[in-house]
Amino acid sequence: MNSVHDMGGMDGMGPIVEEKNEPVFHQEWEGRIFALNLAMGAWRKWNIDASRHARELIPAAEYLRMSYYEKWVAGLIELIAKSELVTRDEIESATPAAGSVKAVPALTTDQAMARVRKGIPAKRNVDVPARFKVGQRVRTRNLHPVRHTRLPRYARGRFGTIHRDHGVFVFPDSNAHFLGENPQHVYSVRFSARELWGEQAAAKDCVYVDMWDDYLEPA
Amino acid sequence: MSPDSPAHEHEHDHDHQAVPSDPALRVKALESLLVEKGLVDRPALDALVDAYEHQIGPRNGARVVARAWSDPAYKQRLLSDADAAMAEMGYGGFQGEHMVVVENSAKVHNLVVCTLCSCYPWPVLGLPPVWYKSAPYRSRAVIDPRGVLREFGLELPEEVEVRVWDSTAEVRYLVLPERPAGTEGMNEEALAALVTRDAMVGVGKVSLSKVVSAA
Repeated sequence: MNSVHDMGGMDGMGPIVEEKNEPVFHQEWEGRIFALNLAMGAWRKWNIDASRHARELIPAAEYLRMSYYEKWVAGLIELIAKSELVTRDEIESATPAAGSVKAVPALTTDQAMARVRKGIPAKRNVDVPARFKVGQRVRTRNLHPVRHTRLPRYARGRFGTIHRDHGVFVFPDSNAHFLGENPQHVYSVRFSARELWGEQAAAKDCVYVDMWDDYLEPA
Repeated sequence: MSPDSPAHEHEHDHDHQAVPSDPALRVKALESLLVEKGLVDRPALDALVDAYEHQIGPRNGARVVARAWSDPAYKQRLLSDADAAMAEMGYGGFQGEHMVVVENSAKVHNLVVCTLCSCYPWPVLGLPPVWYKSAPYRSRAVIDPRGVLREFGLELPEEVEVRVWDSTAEVRYLVLPERPAGTEGMNEEALAALVTRDAMVGVGKVSLSKVVSAA
């Protein structure tokens, strides 16, 4: 979807402010919502693509106004409500509905730490043919899906070169909507800065963007 | 109920995404509710917070860089198969399942960004700082990397090629900075102490004085 989360190339966002000796979490609640997101993910009612999409669906003006972890609060509330782990009434009242069944078992400390150590690989060991090979010229498709995509606007309809084949990965455009993993090759595609931004860009500079097979066509 | 059912699809016909007026209270209430419903366990939440506050951070990445500077064979492994090379040092896992290391040199400077959200190599850098997740950096790193680097106090000569890596997929990038001159006799531990988070994102360089990104 073409919302403000896809901000590569935009102006008007202000200066970059680097905070010296920045804490990992600025307030206690930031750490709690971070941990809640990780722990609730273990129920496998959604996937990483769906959780990114939940944050993208925050209305644009709100998205720009909210802090990073405020978006995580809004995103988690949507995910747990839509997955029916919790009802919206329960969220509003902060109380389990009368007679609601207690879920068991919650993620234990050991399981949580094992999850951190192992991660959740998005690579799939399946034999899917690569449509492109390293060194090949490609053009990105000029797609504007209203749903989730990881094809940024600034890199649509542009010519580039396959730099590296990362292997076969889950396809976010379908996975975010629970329409299947549709595993396919992901490539690092090299674009000259001038192809993306015109003559104002430095002649030697380039941008590498990771792209799924479905985002590309032969050039 | 199942994640695969169409009922799971997002609908836009009702007014949701309520903004928590006080996030601290909202999160506290949410945590209590989820604990009461048996969906989360407080000690597990405590452990997750502790892990990212105290164990998983840029010192991990600094050790990887220092080893690559000290051991040419390790550096080769790191550049050709970062996952395996980092696993040798015990690093990997959540948001670093698939990693790639890109090397800076006198001719090439690498810069990492996630324009679409906030992707960052957690196992070796920890959670990203606010500026990395913020709109100013995400919007401008791809269109004006030299201007962004200037804001971090880094002016690159025109002949240096700037390579920006936009983390749009599940691959996470770490920059292997240049080893500064004058560090020839230093051991890995001393070298690691010089390596900054900013240098591993590509918005700084490593220097002996450790003043890498002062404006």
